[in-house]
Amino acid sequence: MFEKALRGGRHYWTWVVVLVGLIALGGACYLLQMQEGLRITGLSRDVTWGFYIAQFTFLVGVAASAVMVVLPYYLHDAKVFGPITVLGEFLAIAAVTMCVMFIVVDLGQPGRAFNMLLHPSPSSILFWDMVVLSGYLVLNVIITRVGLAAERSGQKPPAWIKPVILLSIPWAFSIHTVTAFIYSGLAARPFWMTAVLAPRFLASAFASGPALLVLVCLLLARLTRFRVGQEAIGKLTVIMTYALLANVFFVAMEFFTAFYAAIPEHTAHFRYLFVGLEGHRGLVPFMWTAELLALGALVVLLVPSLKRQTGLLAAASAAIIVSVWIEKGMAMVVAGFVPTPLGRVVSYWPTVPELLISLGIYAFGALLVTGFYKIALSVRGEVAA
Amino acid sequence: MPLERRTFVKIGGLAALGLAGGAAARAGGVIDAARLVPAGDAATGTGTPGSAGAAAAAAPATSAATTTAPAPLEAKRWAMVVDLGACLRHEGCEDCTRACHAVHNVPDFPNRKDQVEWIWKEPFVEALPDQKHEFLPGNLAHADVLVFCNHCDEPACTRVCPTQATWKREDGVVMMDWHRCIGCRYCIAACPYGSRSFNWRDPRPAIAKIDPAFPTRTRGVVEKCNFCEERLAEGRRPACVEACPPKALLFGDLEDAGSPVRQALADKPAMRRRPGLGTQPQVYYLL
Ligand code: SF4
Ligand code: SF4
Repeated sequence: MFEKALRGGRHYWTWVVVLVGLIALGGACYLLQMQEGLRITGLSRDVTWGFYIAQFTFLVGVAASAVMVVLPYYLHDAKVFGPITVLGEFLAIAAVTMCVMFIVVDLGQPGRAFNMLLHPSPSSILFWDMVVLSGYLVLNVIITRVGLAAERSGQKPPAWIKPVILLSIPWAFSIHTVTAFIYSGLAARPFWMTAVLAPRFLASAFASGPALLVLVCLLLARLTRFRVGQEAIGKLTVIMTYALLANVFFVAMEFFTAFYAAIPEHTAHFRYLFVGLEGHRGLVPFMWTAELLALGALVVLLVPSLKRQTGLLAAASAAIIVSVWIEKGMAMVVAGFVPTPLGRVVSYWPTVPELLISLGIYAFGALLVTGFYKIALSVRGEVAA
Repeated sequence: MPLERRTFVKIGGLAALGLAGGAAARAGGVIDAARLVPAGDAATGTGTPGSAGAAAAAAPATSAATTTAPAPLEAKRWAMVVDLGACLRHEGCEDCTRACHAVHNVPDFPNRKDQVEWIWKEPFVEALPDQKHEFLPGNLAHADVLVFCNHCDEPACTRVCPTQATWKREDGVVMMDWHRCIGCRYCIAACPYGSRSFNWRDPRPAIAKIDPAFPTRTRGVVEKCNFCEERLAEGRRPACVEACPPKALLFGDLEDAGSPVRQALADKPAMRRRPGLGTQPQVYYLL
């Protein structure tokens, strides 16, 4: 099956070469980090988790969001999602792979990562996150392989795969819930210690994931003969609309609770993000951009005449992705550390090597997705070039 | 026999399953310490406190083997009392920090970003935020007080560690195994007191004078105050306690009514840092 990833036109190969170049660049920067230690990042005594862990958090959401096509297809018999479930599952595989890579590059002693297996620690949420993430990866690998093999041979998939698929549905919820628990279980960090964190993570994931799939479908419609049809896109749009509404609602809840109760320990983090603290305003423009993008996207999605225009729909989808990325991939992790438990306000900004390593990991994920989609579409004989 | 006992205590203290070593010691079993300590460890100095300590102590102890080695200090629940009044009267004194950082090979990075700290001073109003109000007497409003790991009874840090590289010993000391730590820094996120530091870079070049009796760390691992467990094993009190000129640091067993900490706590009301979080800090501050 994999040989199918090796046939393609000029555009395909240019894209692959660009990705490989970015991966090499990221790899070189990682070698530098191996040499020098994490000091080459912007992390510090006070802000000890940053860009890497934030990308991990964001990507767990992307991985979980595959369930938004799998669930309607299998539980509500939404036939229109037939062609894209496999795309969602492949996206999940690539996203989980990137998650693992982001965790590894964040470790001070990556060579000892296996200590997590040698000394399993059920009291640690990281331990459970490892369990659910690897389980999710295995589930999706099995599901996609069996599904594609069946499609290729023109037979029905074996009956035993159905319960595996059904299992993957609650499992998808679990990965993002457990990831939220990493943060929300810490008494030391009032910004994270909120029961709404897991629901909020899920809502933002279920907004940005379908948005990403809409973009992918629109893109594939341009590049290949693959068509998912208006109905599927319409359904994805509905999902992301309500998920986005839920997310905006949850964020509003956070604001109410923090500012009406007015406990300084809680409000300080929000003030750091939205107006700045002690002259540290680095994230302020990003936060307002994220909020405006989310509201703009909501307007497009809620006005039928607007969302029917493909261009606007694509723009709204992109806006959601960027908005959620800023929220999870930039702000949420860092704001937990500012101010510190000892009242320090310290800015964190990722360094160039840190960004290049991250870019390399994203390029690796994109390469995986490209290869997977190429295989999936070739199996269906739907590739144009 | 004294040598063996001494070695055992150290090995027992280091191992996550310290009990196993302790039990063997009590049973009078014989373990070759040299075989337990990989040769490279002592040389490169990357050993855990116990392992390198055992190796380092083995040499001088050989001659002293026939004389009695000091008995280790033992307790049911170790705790520290900081007499703030006495400490604050010695304004600007840093003797405890200097002593601790010297015996534990704590690097001294001038920039905040890379800093590693075991015991240091923070503003009173940040260290004990519950005590903050507008009309604090001047000496408190602007005072800096000592902070270090509280060796919590319900430590948040040990709960989150995915490798059990940090754990609470029977006697309350919250330990670190620098060989096992993967550097995920989850414990740093979980500690509500900022007690833990990460080695963002190789610490060795920033150590003024490496004390061979204690291991240095590699980059990429977390470290913090260890209540001088390596000294307790040799029957000595913590370095900071001994270094403090006005004797403002009291150390002892909370379960022993006659211990200096219990006497101090019976004498005056004491505060703990952020007691509402349920971590049960075992460091008490007297006003
Ligand atoms: S003070 Fe922090 S590092 Fe020390 S035991 Fe308590 S939670 Fe752990
Ligand atoms: S940094 Fe080390 S001690 Fe801290 S939680 Fe991770 S593995 Fe445990």
